[in-house]
Amino acid sequence: MDHFPTNWGRPRNDAFDAYGTYPIHQRPQNGPKDAFSAGVQRTQQPIVTGTSVIAIKYKDGIMMAADNLASYGSLARFKDVQRLHPVGDNTVIGAGGDMSDFQYIQTLLNELDIEEYTAQDGHSLGPAEIHEYLSQVMYARRSKINPLWNSLLVGGVKNGTRFLAYVDLLGTTYSASTLATGYGAHIAQPLLRTAVEGFEDVLTEEQALKIIENSMKVLFYRDARSLNKYQVATITKDGVNISESKHLETSWSFAEGIRGYGAQTQ
Amino acid sequence: MTSIGTGYDLSASTYSPDGRIFQVEYANKAVENSGTAIGLKVKDGIVLAVEKLVHSKLLVPEANRRIQTIDRHIALATAGLLADGRQLSNRARDEATNYRETYNSPPPLKAVADRLGLYVQAYTLYSSVRPFGISTILGTVDQDGPALFVVEPSGVFFGYNGAAVGKGRQLAKTELEKLKLPELSLREAVIEAARIIYLVHDDAKEKEFELEMSWIGPESNNLHVHVPKDLFDEAEAKAKAALETFE
Amino acid sequence: MDHIDMNRLKTGEVNLGTSIMAVQFDGGVVIGADSRTTTGSYIANRVTDKLTHVHDRIYCCRSGSAADTQAVADIVHYYLQMYSQSAGKAPAVHTAAALFQKLCYENKDALSAGIIVAGWDEAVGPSVYNIPLGGGLFRQPWAIGGSGSTYVYGYCDATYKEGWGRDETVNFVKNTLSLAMSRDGSSGGVIRMCVITKDNVERLFVPGDQLPKFWEGHEVLGAATKLASIVTPMEV
Repeated sequence: MDHFPTNWGRPRNDAFDAYGTYPIHQRPQNGPKDAFSAGVQRTQQPIVTGTSVIAIKYKDGIMMAADNLASYGSLARFKDVQRLHPVGDNTVIGAGGDMSDFQYIQTLLNELDIEEYTAQDGHSLGPAEIHEYLSQVMYARRSKINPLWNSLLVGGVKNGTRFLAYVDLLGTTYSASTLATGYGAHIAQPLLRTAVEGFEDVLTEEQALKIIENSMKVLFYRDARSLNKYQVATITKDGVNISESKHLETSWSFAEGIRGYGAQTQ
Repeated sequence: MTSIGTGYDLSASTYSPDGRIFQVEYANKAVENSGTAIGLKVKDGIVLAVEKLVHSKLLVPEANRRIQTIDRHIALATAGLLADGRQLSNRARDEATNYRETYNSPPPLKAVADRLGLYVQAYTLYSSVRPFGISTILGTVDQDGPALFVVEPSGVFFGYNGAAVGKGRQLAKTELEKLKLPELSLREAVIEAARIIYLVHDDAKEKEFELEMSWIGPESNNLHVHVPKDLFDEAEAKAKAALETFE
Repeated sequence: MDHIDMNRLKTGEVNLGTSIMAVQFDGGVVIGADSRTTTGSYIANRVTDKLTHVHDRIYCCRSGSAADTQAVADIVHYYLQMYSQSAGKAPAVHTAAALFQKLCYENKDALSAGIIVAGWDEAVGPSVYNIPLGGGLFRQPWAIGGSGSTYVYGYCDATYKEGWGRDETVNFVKNTLSLAMSRDGSSGGVIRMCVITKDNVERLFVPGDQLPKFWEGHEVLGAATKLASIVTPMEV
């Protein structure tokens, strides 16, 4: 049904307004716009987004961090969002990308966890299983041309083994002793590699935290979608701990004496 | 059961002239042949206990559990056909998951019992199916505190403070009525539950049985878990001792 | 295309280019909205009610496509009636928000809906949930939405304090919306507000000619006009 009276009894697809009715109605175009307009548009775009997640292996387990910001384009819209999510007793996932898709992933993992719990068979899901599950979900969705728009880090410790791996909207996976998503992959990853590679088995919790803090600071300096408020997750043999929100210590005082952009001195 | 054999008992979709559905009544018989299951509701939690009759010494201990977990906070115990119990618990899990997906919060037990009631009732309507041969005790500690329901083969369900189904239900109910349930601690309730199961067990007819107990309460962080080993052993020992003084 | 293509809107669609808001306080929530509905730059309705009842103590503020958000609100309204009948009690605000979120998330490719859900319930008292475009769910002490909201984030950040009472909260909503309406061409008209508490839902109304006034540049313009009158035109 065409609800616009000025269109009634007239040829469709009439781009030329022969009766000069404009601007009485914004007249809709009734016919197909092109050969594909009837097709379903699926691939969305991320709308409310989180930025980088970083994580490293250290002596006692895995340390992961992400800031508390969910952006809406360039608007810093939600400043108290937790992007680190515990799953079971041994795993944390950290998410960048679309936050509504991340919330959906959280509900999926919650259902999976309940399914495992209700089986009461003495088994529980560890980080490796959760990562495998996520990689299959992510790949299945990208194969339907309807991806979950995230890059995720999965970290954990189970049966004395540390696990740290990456999975993203394409279903791509890889594993390393330092990982970072988004901007972090460009800015934090080199810093993390220098600090961690070769020292995974000797770094203490304090040293690991220093490394993480430093990377979060550099990310805050250089990532325009970041926030100086963040959380750190540690996963050890004793279980999962996700910290309260912390504020970054940053330094700006050196800038006071800067004048102009070249020869200017005052 | 007076009008047996008049042909009205062959199908769940046919009433007898006096308005009964014999298939449903026979389903209740299947429940009565089963080992007893009881549920206790106290102030801060619930306890379930089951008398699992062991028909063969070759069975692996703790196999074929009759208490199952439906959600983190929901327990289910059945008396009747074991396989029907497994079918219903799977359905209960699906209903709990469905509630979670819709409302993004843990299901209250009433919602699950409600949906299970509808499901069980549907099996009393058609000639092509047989009704469920089980009575089901559901227990929880949810937003509104502890709760206990029983779903019967007809599909009706009631809320209870103490529930008993299966062979020894009559004696179990009298014992439950003697207790001051709201005043019991959860640990005391476990002791009582074990005592009642041992009491109602008739070892003239069935020699072997296995006691199965689970709880939901503050000590389990409001999750459904089997009763901790030390408490279980203590309860079982006290139950055996009480039995001797009783006799 | 022959004419405007407002992003994400279907051709000819009615748009709630809007200013909406919800703030929780000790005993309840205050929600508010402007009243302008546009198709392109034409004001299709200047007295729209964008505060939509979904249950006794739960309302939503709608922004985006009028058709989409009305359809979604109608569905949630239906679900909540079913819920309260079968559960035998009023739904929690969280329950309503979860239903909105589910619809908005699962149909994100088809909908343009930014919805704020607010109300009072027995379990947690007052609460406010924001469901922006992609269908995420975020609980906030105060939430703003719609095209007008982008102009007043700074004002809200600077002004909002915890521990306000009803009247301070109403003033905050009124001032914020007035500022948003004055800067956003797609917002305007009147301010409608609701105060939702345990006991009732109270409707408040601010007519379009009695909106709180803020600096509008009169001083500068006034000075310029004065200058202009001093300069006498050259005689020809």
